[in-house]
Amino acid sequence: MSDAPLLEAEGVSHTYAGGQVGCADVGFTLYPGEVLGIVGESGSGKSTLLSCLSGALPPSRGRVRFAVRGQGMQDVFKLSEPERRLLMRTDWGIVHQNPRDGLRMSVSAGGNVGERLMAVGARHYGDIRSEALDWLGRVEIDAERVDHLPRTFSGGMQQRTQIARILVSQPRLVFMDEPTGGLDVSVQARLLDLLRGLVRDLGVAAVVVTHDLAVVRLLSDRLMVMRQGRVVESGLTDQVLDDPQHPYSQLLVSSVLQA
Amino acid sequence: MSTLQPAGSGAQFHSIDGVYNFAYLDEQTKRMIRRALLKAVAIPGYQVPFGGREMPVAYGWGTGGMQVTASILGVDDVLKVIDQGADDTTNAVSIRRFFNRTAGVPVTEATTEATVIQTRHRIPEKTLREDQVIVYQVPMPEPLRKLEPRETETRKMHAFAEYGLMQVKLYEDISRHGEITTTYDYPVEVNARYMMAPSPIPKFDNPKMHAMPALQLFGAGREKRIYAIPPYTKVRSLDFNDYPFEPQQFEDPCALCDAKGVFLDEVILDDKGDHMFVCSDSDHCRDRRAEGHMGPRAREAAEKGYGADE
Repeated sequence: MSDAPLLEAEGVSHTYAGGQVGCADVGFTLYPGEVLGIVGESGSGKSTLLSCLSGALPPSRGRVRFAVRGQGMQDVFKLSEPERRLLMRTDWGIVHQNPRDGLRMSVSAGGNVGERLMAVGARHYGDIRSEALDWLGRVEIDAERVDHLPRTFSGGMQQRTQIARILVSQPRLVFMDEPTGGLDVSVQARLLDLLRGLVRDLGVAAVVVTHDLAVVRLLSDRLMVMRQGRVVESGLTDQVLDDPQHPYSQLLVSSVLQA
Repeated sequence: MSTLQPAGSGAQFHSIDGVYNFAYLDEQTKRMIRRALLKAVAIPGYQVPFGGREMPVAYGWGTGGMQVTASILGVDDVLKVIDQGADDTTNAVSIRRFFNRTAGVPVTEATTEATVIQTRHRIPEKTLREDQVIVYQVPMPEPLRKLEPRETETRKMHAFAEYGLMQVKLYEDISRHGEITTTYDYPVEVNARYMMAPSPIPKFDNPKMHAMPALQLFGAGREKRIYAIPPYTKVRSLDFNDYPFEPQQFEDPCALCDAKGVFLDEVILDDKGDHMFVCSDSDHCRDRRAEGHMGPRAREAAEKGYGADE
């Protein structure tokens, strides 16, 4: 991990038009290659925070800064829209909970993976295809399925295709919103294994939002616990999970059934 | 001739048939469309929204092209209308008669005589000149629509020149069929900037759009969009480096006029599977036959003593 931060959030708050608090005064610093977990129950503001961090929703207060290549730390919301959109399809990636949100369902797996390459100007079919095959292989999708539509894939395969589609542009930061939601336990375990390997190998930094403590236990270096829009506790993942200090964190940890 | 004058307009109400204004549309509407046309010419390939009017034909029958034609038509113009290359199909005949009645302009079937050519699905085989304007009827002006259904999103993609998605479509063609199988409405890049739908002309005609001496105007009636390619503008058909753009090629010449390197239509001759390929551009074919060119079918017919057209 290098010394220069990759993503910095300062006092990020968002209040919706009706006055509901989405998130309030959230701040953290993320370094290259680091994985930050954000846990909390439904409605705790995790998704609002993720939208603010990933440039989709301008926060009402506070700022989000990202180390743009060759430009140093830049306020994400002060970048021009084309710059932000370029960031979205090169240096950033968002893994959606529902693969349907992250994939083009009527485009083959290979086309889905190749899209980011073509978006930044790749115009050699053979190269695009071999790159797509390589990445589908890395997420353990059979080369024979490269021309199949994602709708013919199982949920786990769709999720892995979505991950390959993002990683192909070699992003430096990946946002994951409940990456294992809706998958059965054994598929979840394999996906987590794969994600952990990829994140470690590629040195990608990630922000993982989930309500599943097992996911953060496996993936994240640091953890933030959110409740009612605020961060109630943060620290190293093992520290927070093994010795929770805040009553809510204690409740959250103790609610998990021990198998 | 009527002496009625629309309120607030300096323009003379100039009617040919005593019922409708010259070329059907009122002068204010024509001015609005001309403003859109000027903007379209200034930004080659950019889709300019305009207040499309109801025309006395159904959407899909060339209402966009007719509004553009009505706005640019003057008393000195000579109009040619083609549909799938032919001058004698229902759509072409109706539109020609419409403007002949409402604007009183002479109409022609000869490409060389026309100053305004409204077309559906083809560009004439004869090279167009600087003093000619070609007006295309466009059903779907947005080349990205089938890939991205949101108008807000496609507008941004045009604004920021984010055209990777179109390439995904061609990628899908190659991965499924081993080649780019898009054969009509083949997407082009205009003036190294805007992605544009050339309207459903065969990709055979795409190279003709490049550096064409004539002004090219496009009108989409239902979608209410106008776009243009000024004369001598760069038009490039999209492709991959290892799968370059290739227009259709025909092995045999036209069965009637023996022309090579032209776009051919298949004509079924009987119910036993007999068929022939003839020029889709009927004017071009007629001219060649008048010059004495004879395709294999025409020769056969002549030897049997029939006329070539029978």
